[in-house]
This record gives sequence, structure tokens and C-alpha cells, in this order.
Amino acid sequence: MNIVVCIKQVPDTKGGVVFNPDGTLNRAAMLAIMNPDDKAGLEAALRLKDEYGAHVTVLTMGLPKAEEVLREAMAMGADEGILVTDRVLGGADTWATSTTIAGAIRNLDYDLIITGRQAIDGDTAQVGPQIAEHLGLPVLSYTQNIKIEGESVIVERQFDDRYHVLKAQMPCLLTALSELNEPRYMTPGGIFDALDKEITVWGRDNLKDVDDSDLGLKGSPTKIARASDKVRKSDGELKADLGADEAVSYIVEKLTENNII
Amino acid sequence: MALEDYKGVFIYAQQVDNKIDNIAYELIGEATRLAKDLDTTVTAVLLGSGVKDLAPSLGYYGADRVIVVDDPKLETYRTEPYTQALAAVINEYKPEIMLVGATAIGRDLGPRVSARVKTGLTADCTSLEINDFPINAIPGKEDEQKHNQLLMTRPAFGGNTIATIACPDNRPQMATVRPGVMKKLAEDTSKQAEIVEFNPELAENNCYVEILEVVKEVKNTVNIQDAKILVSGGRGVGSKENFKILEDLADAIGGQVSCSRAVVDNGWLAKDYQVGQTGKTVRPNLYFAIGISGAIQHVAGMEESDIIIAINKDETAPIFDVATYGIVGDLNKIVPKLTEEIKKAKAAK
Repeated sequence: MNIVVCIKQVPDTKGGVVFNPDGTLNRAAMLAIMNPDDKAGLEAALRLKDEYGAHVTVLTMGLPKAEEVLREAMAMGADEGILVTDRVLGGADTWATSTTIAGAIRNLDYDLIITGRQAIDGDTAQVGPQIAEHLGLPVLSYTQNIKIEGESVIVERQFDDRYHVLKAQMPCLLTALSELNEPRYMTPGGIFDALDKEITVWGRDNLKDVDDSDLGLKGSPTKIARASDKVRKSDGELKADLGADEAVSYIVEKLTENNII
Repeated sequence: MALEDYKGVFIYAQQVDNKIDNIAYELIGEATRLAKDLDTTVTAVLLGSGVKDLAPSLGYYGADRVIVVDDPKLETYRTEPYTQALAAVINEYKPEIMLVGATAIGRDLGPRVSARVKTGLTADCTSLEINDFPINAIPGKEDEQKHNQLLMTRPAFGGNTIATIACPDNRPQMATVRPGVMKKLAEDTSKQAEIVEFNPELAENNCYVEILEVVKEVKNTVNIQDAKILVSGGRGVGSKENFKILEDLADAIGGQVSCSRAVVDNGWLAKDYQVGQTGKTVRPNLYFAIGISGAIQHVAGMEESDIIIAINKDETAPIFDVATYGIVGDLNKIVPKLTEEIKKAKAAK
């Protein structure tokens, strides 16, 4: 069985975000990590490899620096890493990104493609389902408990108040949730091997059946109109010098004024 | 076909178990506002099996027209037949705007449909407006500025930034919209929507999956999105035990306790209680923000509340930027007293 896992290198937003004076993100000042949902997808793939035997390829699109997450994935147990990087791919939205990744995957033999549900930088959850659409594959979103049965995959697909047990023909694409498994650590032997292994680097010319007009910033239907790290200000009142009793009277007064008590 | 030939604001009227989800009514409310600015109409798209009877209620909440696709293949949500149906409606009726709820269904259906009809999709929007793009014309290129565009605003980077997105060259302009953010209109049973049945002749293909089992989960009954008053605590509350003083206040005023992400990360309350970008979006009549600093990711989930009362010991806390009434002080002294005063005030009535 051949499994392709799509991973992304993202700034770690958990510790807050650092801005440049001009309001753009200071990515250099932030830690770059493997996106948590993608790591969960990789873990799911490695478990399938443990249980059924599989060749696991990790693929990422990004700057040359994104090679780091491929090395990390290989140290965890992935067999092969592919970096898709090219200046013409920069500024891509989810449409252009999914078009690019689908173009890369068309070169590979695969039974299963696994992506994370969403990346913590964009939070869109769109790239996985859109890759599946470009490749004409079934998509199973928000999955856990993945099992293989002959030519089919059986998963639990999470909804708000229920889950569906779904069966899809392979090849198909799954998106994984980070809440659902605890990714394994890199092993010392794995780290050693991963440093030795070749990473395959692909550019624009390696993308199969893709038009230039569908790539990068130019190929992105969505455009940024405005970006800001500022919240809207209210014209509210601020009381900074009240004792506790005065503060309570003030709140009660406002609650009464607004007909709440 | 020219972009200006795409007309009307469409919403996907999500139903589960043949019950319309609240998000459908919220989207109609927002679509009505946008349609007014564009001088056009609101169409709800209802997909399912045996759902035709549900169509009139979409009219009661403001839809001018309901397009119904009724097919046994749509009995339970599956990505492919629903994508076929919604994409067929878009190709046939050519809306300029297509809104979908950012639910566990909509965030699967939206991307697949947008890729199929080849248009942009903006995820998880919290605010929509009709405006120019670019917002300010580029000097010397004034005639390239497009008017009457849908500008879609959403939090990104874990809620640390806010981005506004346009889709100037493709139609429809598609967005998924966060549940709980948009306001539904009051129900008016005298409003009758035009009901149109449409048969896209769904065809089975390799992308159809088989549903082996549907397992409903008994959920915690807490739904902070339904509460009229929320008493929300943050890291400043200090401990799991100290949430007792917030619970007491909530009981006294007839509200519900909720919290920020830090509280969930510390294990003080379950994730069901979390307000914010990675939690739930709420818009109660009254929101107490107690010991909450007000990171954008939290504010994104509560800034539409009618009245916001913030109590924090740090005068520079960003929560005061959105608060209607802000009090700098010690929550441990203020909250228990406030509870007592509210009890007294209520008893006096």
C-alpha cells in the first residue's frame, strides 16, 4: 500500500504572534513547526504502516526551509520526502495550493492520501477536500479509527453531535484531526537515517496537468483586501479608580439601566 | 458568461435529520442585509430527501425563493451527492454570492463545491460587507476598482490577525460563515417564499461512499451559544475552584458560565465552555469578561455581544478596548459582592 501524507510547516501560533513594525507577520521570530493536524495524519499513516505494511511518502509545499518538517517526518518513520518549492507558487490561496499539490501527487502511485484537517496559520480546512476534488477522489473529512478492508478504507467521520462509519473505495483522501492521536517521537536511529536520506525537490516543471494560470498569487481567486492585527475599539466606559463597593454599585446601576435586573 | 450576469445572494440551508439548522436562518438574515445593498433577492438552497415540507419556514425567516433538490441519494449527508447537487444549482442559477455555514458539514461541502465550480472560498467568516475592491483605488488605476464586491472578514493565525478577503474575478463569491455570528430575522409566517423544485439528476460515481452506521453521541447539555447572559472567566480567575464565584454570579443573574482558551488549556473547564476563535462564537445580551485579558482570538468569539462588562486588574488589558463597561479591579473582591447585590436587587422586586 502506498500512502502520501501532505504536511505543512507553520509558525507556532500558540505562544502568540510576533509582528513587524509594518504590521506584517514576523515569521523569522516565530518557531516553525509541523502543523499539528498534519502530524496527526502522519501518525495515522505510520500506524497503518505498522499494522498493514505501507510505503509512506511525505509531501510539502513551501519555502526551501520546509525541508525541516520532511526530515522530522522521516525521523518519525516516513520512507520518503518530497519538497515542492518554486517562486511561481508563492502567494497561493487554497485553490492554487490544492491545484499545485494535486499536480505533484499525479506523479506518484498512491492508494491513500492523508492531510491534516486544517493548518493553524490559515485555519481554512479547505486544501484537503480541494485536492480530492482535483484528483477526482472520494474525501473523508475529520476522520479517526482508520481501518483497511481489502480495497476499501473504513473510518469514523466526526460531526457535531454524531459520527458516521463510512466505507470508501481506495484510492481516496482522508483528513485527520489532531485531537485523535498522540504522534510518536522521532527515534535516535530515525533522526540519523533521516539526515542521510535524499529529499526529492520538485518545481513548477514537475507538476503534472496544471496550467500556469492556476498557480501562485496570480492563480488564486481570492485576494487579500485588508489585513490587520487590531481589534475594533468600542466607545465604552472604563473605570480605573473605583473601590470594590463602588465598582459593584456601578455594575448594578448599569445592569438596571439596561433592564437586566 | 460575464461576471455581472451572476445575480442574487444564495445560502445553503443545512438540514440534519430533516430539521433545518439554525445556521440556515442566520445566513438568510445576513443574506437579506447583503441583498439590500446589491438590490437583489435571497435564495435558500435546500438539499435532502423528503425535505420539501421544510421549505416554507425558510421563507418565514426572509428567503424570497427556495430551491429544493429532493433525492433519496441525499438522505444522509455525504460529500459527493451533496456536492453534485449544490454545484448543479450554482451552474444552473448562477448566484453572485453563495454562503454556507462553517459547520462540520459546510466545511467539507464548501471546499469541494468551490473547487468543482472553480471559484474562491473564504473560510469561517465572521463579518461580510459589500464594498469596493481594492478598498482604496490605486492612483491612476481608478477604473480598475471593482464595485459591489463581497468583502469577507475572518480571523487567521489562531485568531491573532484579522484578514478581509475578496474574490473579484470569479463567481459565485463563496464564503463559509461561523455559526452564531450572524443575526436571524424574526419569524414572520405571513412571508411566503417562491418554492422551486430542481432535479440535477444525481449520478453515482467512484466518489460516493457507503454509510455503514450513524452513531449519535450523547453530548453534554451545555450550549453556551443559546445563553442570553454569559459569565465568562479567564486565566485571571486563578483556579478551577475559584470558578465557583463565577457560577454563583451566573446563578444569581440567570446566566451560564463560559471561559477563554487558557481555562480549557489549564483543565479548569471542558472545551464545550470555550468562547473564541478555536471555541464557540457567542452573541449574548450580556457578556461578563472576568479575568480575561482579551486576546484577539477570544474577542473574535464574543465582540458581537450586546453589552460587555469587563473586570480585570490590568488597566492595559485589550478586553477593555471592546468592553461597554470596563472595571479595573480585583475580581475576587468584586464578583462575590456583585452576586450579593444582584440577589438583593432581584429579591426587592
